[in-house]
Amino acid sequence: MDHRRELSQEISRKGVYNFPFASSESVPLPFPMGHGTTTLAFLFQGGVLAAADTRSSCSGLVACPAAQKILPIHSHLVGTTSGTSADCALWKRILSRELRLYQLRHGRRLSTGGAAKLLSHMLHPFKGTELCVAATLCGWDGGDFSGPGLFYVCSDGTRLEGKLFSVGSGSPYAYSILDQGVRWGLTVEEATSIAREAVYRATHRDAYSGNFVDIYHVTPNGWTRRTREDLKEEYYREKERRRLERERRGTTSSE
Amino acid sequence: MLSAQSFGGPGKMKEYHYTGAVENRFSPYAFNGGTVLAVAGEDFAIVASDTRLSEGYSIHSRDSPKCYKLTDTTVIGCSGFHGDCLTLTKIIDARLKMYKHSNNKTMTSGAIAAMLSTILYGRRFFPYYVYNIIGGLDEEGKGAVYSFDPVGSYQRDTYKAGGSASAMLQPLLDNQIGFKNMEGVQHVPLTQEKAVQLVKDVFISAAERDVYTGDALRICIVTKEGINEQTIPLRKD
Repeated sequence: MDHRRELSQEISRKGVYNFPFASSESVPLPFPMGHGTTTLAFLFQGGVLAAADTRSSCSGLVACPAAQKILPIHSHLVGTTSGTSADCALWKRILSRELRLYQLRHGRRLSTGGAAKLLSHMLHPFKGTELCVAATLCGWDGGDFSGPGLFYVCSDGTRLEGKLFSVGSGSPYAYSILDQGVRWGLTVEEATSIAREAVYRATHRDAYSGNFVDIYHVTPNGWTRRTREDLKEEYYREKERRRLERERRGTTSSE
Repeated sequence: MLSAQSFGGPGKMKEYHYTGAVENRFSPYAFNGGTVLAVAGEDFAIVASDTRLSEGYSIHSRDSPKCYKLTDTTVIGCSGFHGDCLTLTKIIDARLKMYKHSNNKTMTSGAIAAMLSTILYGRRFFPYYVYNIIGGLDEEGKGAVYSFDPVGSYQRDTYKAGGSASAMLQPLLDNQIGFKNMEGVQHVPLTQEKAVQLVKDVFISAAERDVYTGDALRICIVTKEGINEQTIPLRKD
């Protein structure tokens, strides 16, 4: 056990780790963590739209069918979460605290890019550990650099600015719908409809996504949340649309 | 690593056996079984657990309930590794006392839930192997249930089952309390009597199908009058 003691002494001397129990050999866990999701966010003329499914799975079991994957951080910033649910929830909470402290100390809100950089730097000491956070921060910046902001931050160190992101196990399916339909000139209704469709298609094909869809819209006045929609209803609506389409075309099909 | 000594002679196949290195490590965790359940009503909350403490093929105790009273309005159910359950409840009790002495008021259910989340996450890289469910009354007197995963992710629910038989009980609760997956059913609000009866029935079913659940059922009913405890016998085999 000597090498472990030396290692932990060296670690505390360098002051890198905050947790005193971090050791080079990790304890094998007897339980699975929550993973798997579909989240997306994009910019358009009406602001930033963020959407996510609500299934929280633990290697095969649906731990929670009504989880919340889009967490408000402050009045003008929301973050979508993907990865381990506990990591995302706690780190978002830490980020909210740090942003509030920044606001009190400097008298203005930190920009979306600044918040993304802060989160990325806070996660950096844990690179290489099993921490798994993949978030997109969607906000509206005030002050001199007013405008929407969308950043993707990941626990492996990535920090990217963009106009469209989709994160999670269902993201390939969501990307195909979004790449087809997202333009700058969308109305709010059209954007919501594309976001809902993208999450719906992803939940249909990805086993780890499902149940409901949450949609948040960030504008200069802050974020607003649409009521959570059951994707089962969307499935029946689509079946009805297809049936009407077939009747309209007058073809007889055996289905 | 499987050995390739599969064919010993013409038409004969020898058995496969493992020839690689095997590492046996001490595991700091053990699984002691047990199921916990919590239901929130309009003005009450129920936290129930079985009382069997097992390890592997043995039963250590038939009278080890997993509900712990925290305050007059909050009960926590902890199942998983019994050692971590004991330590965690000691830590929560100490933190409740500290809060009481610093702020001159008792912690509310929501505050206890938020605190437990940070306590659990503080051990993110060597977690408490405990599945927690908190049941109690919120500040308005309505029933509240908070369910946790072992590293601190939590949310408020109406009902939740945790522990070894949770995968069996949760769909049943979804159907009976949440009225899920049924069409054309009237949603009647849950009365305390019906909730207690449902909890008893559900544990009797769990004891039939889960080997780690049984012996007795401890029910704690939290109302504004206080906490009422009942013990009902279950299968002992």
